[in-house]
Amino acid sequence: MSDASLIDELPGELLMWVLIVSELLVFGAGLIAFMGVRLTDPAGFAEAQAHLYRTGAALNTAVLVTSGFLAAQALHWRRAARRGAARLALIGAAALGVLFLVIKGAEYAGKAAQGISYETHPFFMFYYLLTGFHAAHVAAGAGILLLVAWRDDPRNIEAGAQFWHMVDLVWIMLFPVIYLLG
Amino acid sequence: MKYQSQRIALVYFAVAMGLFAIQVLGGLLAGWIYVAPNTLSELLPFNIVRMLHTNSLIVWLITGFFGAAYFLIPEEAEREIYSEKIAYLQLAILVIGTLGVVVTYVFNLFEGHWLLGKEGREFIEQPKWVKAGIVVAALLFLYNVTMTVLQGKKTAITNILLLGLWGLALLFLFSFYNPENLALDKMFWWYIVHLWVEGVWELIMASILAYLMLKLTGVDREVVEKWLYVIVAAALFSGILGTGHHYYWIGTPGYWQWIGSIFSSLEVIPFFAMMAFAFVMVWKGRRDHPNKAALLWSLGCATLAFFGAGVWGFLHTLHGVNYYTHGTQITAAHGHLAFFGAYVALNLAIFSYAMPILRNRDPYNQVLNMASFWMMTGGMAFMTFVLTFAGTIQTHLQRVLGDYYMDVQDQLAVFYWMRFGSGVFVVLGALVFIYAMWVPRKEVISHDATQAAE
Repeated sequence: MSDASLIDELPGELLMWVLIVSELLVFGAGLIAFMGVRLTDPAGFAEAQAHLYRTGAALNTAVLVTSGFLAAQALHWRRAARRGAARLALIGAAALGVLFLVIKGAEYAGKAAQGISYETHPFFMFYYLLTGFHAAHVAAGAGILLLVAWRDDPRNIEAGAQFWHMVDLVWIMLFPVIYLLG
Repeated sequence: MKYQSQRIALVYFAVAMGLFAIQVLGGLLAGWIYVAPNTLSELLPFNIVRMLHTNSLIVWLITGFFGAAYFLIPEEAEREIYSEKIAYLQLAILVIGTLGVVVTYVFNLFEGHWLLGKEGREFIEQPKWVKAGIVVAALLFLYNVTMTVLQGKKTAITNILLLGLWGLALLFLFSFYNPENLALDKMFWWYIVHLWVEGVWELIMASILAYLMLKLTGVDREVVEKWLYVIVAAALFSGILGTGHHYYWIGTPGYWQWIGSIFSSLEVIPFFAMMAFAFVMVWKGRRDHPNKAALLWSLGCATLAFFGAGVWGFLHTLHGVNYYTHGTQITAAHGHLAFFGAYVALNLAIFSYAMPILRNRDPYNQVLNMASFWMMTGGMAFMTFVLTFAGTIQTHLQRVLGDYYMDVQDQLAVFYWMRFGSGVFVVLGALVFIYAMWVPRKEVISHDATQAAE
């Protein structure tokens, strides 16, 4: 059957693609809901958004994209039989994931210091829901990267990198919509 | 029957079908109370009839799952069940416990007693001693089947089935936790029933369906397994956080409205995948299996589960919609078709497939069995439509216009009459099914594929 052969042509694990599509559906639906609720209160959303620390988020974007580059390089090097370099790249990618979480944690701490919680305004409910859910994926992803650095079969590294690029991609959708969109 | 110990399933199926009959008769009585509210109001009040209807449903479905496991695990693992004795002991405990619940509840014995009295929590009202018995029985079962699988061949079907059954048993442990705070009580309460029917039961459903497809269509195991993994991933991904759709109005934080809405919307996907799986397997399959009734129930199961659980679930799962429809007849419509499609039809499919094998016969009474499929399915579909219309009107009158609950109920009388009529049809279908299973006569369908059925 034609669709079976299409599935066979997919690089990497089928189940990882199922997970990636599911995650994109969830974050996509979350962003659509955010935009929908924003329509009901543009002024309140703009006011709330002004409390966000954009520079930190921009920095985090750079951190995460660099980390994604390292994960991709790791697969490339592993396939070229450079196991040591691949492992170092994966550990570096995971470390940058941790750096992302540190910057994110500082951001949350700053919000908490200002007395802002998920109940302050619907904007912040979505902010915490979407960035918090994403941060949980960064934490899981960093763990996966370390796991595949240890068990460094190329197929494992490919699956880890696939997951990590999804985490990257989701952040690249969240950043402009939540932090920048005026 | 390839393995002697598969015969355990026969006893489980017998108990399950007995409870099935009690369940639909209880439902019929409840449906009658809707149109004649004073019926038995002193002797057997509506809340008890409803409890019997829902709980006997849960118990017979689980008994059927146990039976299905005892039937299919020996074939998959390619060895006899670890211990037949344990299997019968397990069933005896479950039957005694079930009788204990019914007697305690109907006569309200030992009211308020911590061990012997009913707990009064919907669906988990069992006295503590019964709950403990259920846990013991579950442990016996898990020990028995896990030992069988560990010593035998491991397949994706048995792995997923065991994962589902372990989940079922472990999640029941939340029934022992009863927080004082009503919001917390409800929050943990859903860990059981939601994570059952929209979580681990889907694993059981997918694995039994996969087994049936493997046997009935003759498609390669490798293909079946690939589908199975995708379905299971989609079910767990959506179903676990989908629990949030019960947390809209019970006092939990507001963000659950979005978590619940988004994740439970995705719960349609595994049910759609199961339907697609069943039909693709039949199209690709080269085998012309003589058990047409089992195939009909399998395809019916996947299709009705998609509509009942998937479409009718999505209908009122978004919190903006549920704000109006919560607890109306819309919920009843969804509940009926979802349970019938996903889990009743699944059990009847495996009964239809396994019973002739357990009795060492060719498939029998197939036309009667298929007639019962259309009677039950027709009745349930009609009931679902009727309750959906009733729920729509109820939502408008009660939740939009603000009319009084009982005034609105009077307006719905005509629908409740039609629901009772469709219920009669379902009960007749169920009795025909049980008759077709237990009273075999001559063959009606020819084995010769060139000849049409009589």
